[in-house]
Amino acid sequence: MALALQTFSTVKDANAALKAAGTRYLGGGTLVVRAANEGDVSVSSLIGSTEPALSAIIVSGDKVRIGASVTMAAIARHPDLVALARAARAVGGPAIRNVATVGGNLFAPAPYGDFTVALLALDAIVSTEGGEKPIETFLAKRESNHAIVTEVGFTLPAEGLRFLKVSRVKPKGVSVLCIAAVLEQAPDGTVSSAHIALGCMADRPMRAKAAEKALLGKKLTSDGIAPALAVASDGTSPVTDPIASAWYRNEVLPVHLGRLLLA
Amino acid sequence: MAKIPVQFTLNGAEKAEFFDSGTTLLNALRDKIGDTSPKGGCHQGTCGACSVIIDGELRLSCLTLAETCNGAAITTTSGLSQGGVLHPLQRAFLDAFATQCGFCTPGMIMAAKVLLDHTPDPSRDDVVEALSGNICRCTGYEPIIQAVLTAARSNSQNAA
Repeated sequence: MALALQTFSTVKDANAALKAAGTRYLGGGTLVVRAANEGDVSVSSLIGSTEPALSAIIVSGDKVRIGASVTMAAIARHPDLVALARAARAVGGPAIRNVATVGGNLFAPAPYGDFTVALLALDAIVSTEGGEKPIETFLAKRESNHAIVTEVGFTLPAEGLRFLKVSRVKPKGVSVLCIAAVLEQAPDGTVSSAHIALGCMADRPMRAKAAEKALLGKKLTSDGIAPALAVASDGTSPVTDPIASAWYRNEVLPVHLGRLLLA
Repeated sequence: MAKIPVQFTLNGAEKAEFFDSGTTLLNALRDKIGDTSPKGGCHQGTCGACSVIIDGELRLSCLTLAETCNGAAITTTSGLSQGGVLHPLQRAFLDAFATQCGFCTPGMIMAAKVLLDHTPDPSRDDVVEALSGNICRCTGYEPIIQAVLTAARSNSQNAA
């Protein structure tokens, strides 16, 4: 079935056009054109926007704002976003990264959406024309979001972003799971703040809140992280797909979380 | 459904065509323009067989709508040979037996060309990374990696 593509110069006009039935927003095409190629007839019209702000990366000190149309390739090569380069390079191969957008990644179902796992660990703020939402709130209700995401904003972590993607095929493969963590440590080496996000451990990226809590006040040693690893799978409901079963993902999560925390 | 006029250059030649809205570049090239070098493998953005170069960037023609390519410069594997002489990458793929069934080859060569355009003297890891979005079910990849490294060496010898 033919798809009608309408491109608007402003997000406002594109949002208005998205109110019509059967419309979907076209970012890089890795989700929506793929769906159309697979025979998804629920989409009859695609909406795009060329508003320049959607393609902007603004870094001011440790504050970062990334437009929703910015690609994974642009993030991976940006000199001020080195902390995010590993997560951006985790998405697809080179051709996919040339088109896959930050905004689109927010909607990628498991086992995709690796970059969003990093954004969740960073406690990013997701902006639409209607306002801003914490990423956790946004992800919980992403299906009901009908406004174009314009940008994501976050603070670059002083102690860096830890990121690990586990896949069977190297260097590019679909995730068995992925983990992102932002940790802060007190001068004595104990963890004073922990944000740990998991990919493929539910139908969308989720926070490992029990593990985060169990890490507080602990040192990053085998003994120190043991309580966190013991509760790493609390609240998870992993996907089962051709890459791995839910059982397998739960079994290996503590192993990989341990490696990430001790790295 | 209205036809959309689209103009672009394909391997240096001007092309102007009317496409149905929503036509992928892969279908546009193969069915309307007649360039069958990009292959339709998975149509999901997974296999890389449809890879082409758009304005210097590696892209998947199965996920790219033709109407978004207005004014673009598109390169496909069919445009690489000059005057009957194979491109060094094509020569190296032949010599290294880097192609068996051949279905993935045009996409592999496009991915390799973008790599060598930007990184004339790549490491083996660079090659593996550059080809990581392209699937081959025949060769086991090693002959392909060696072919790309050989083409890079041949380019640098020619340039010297």
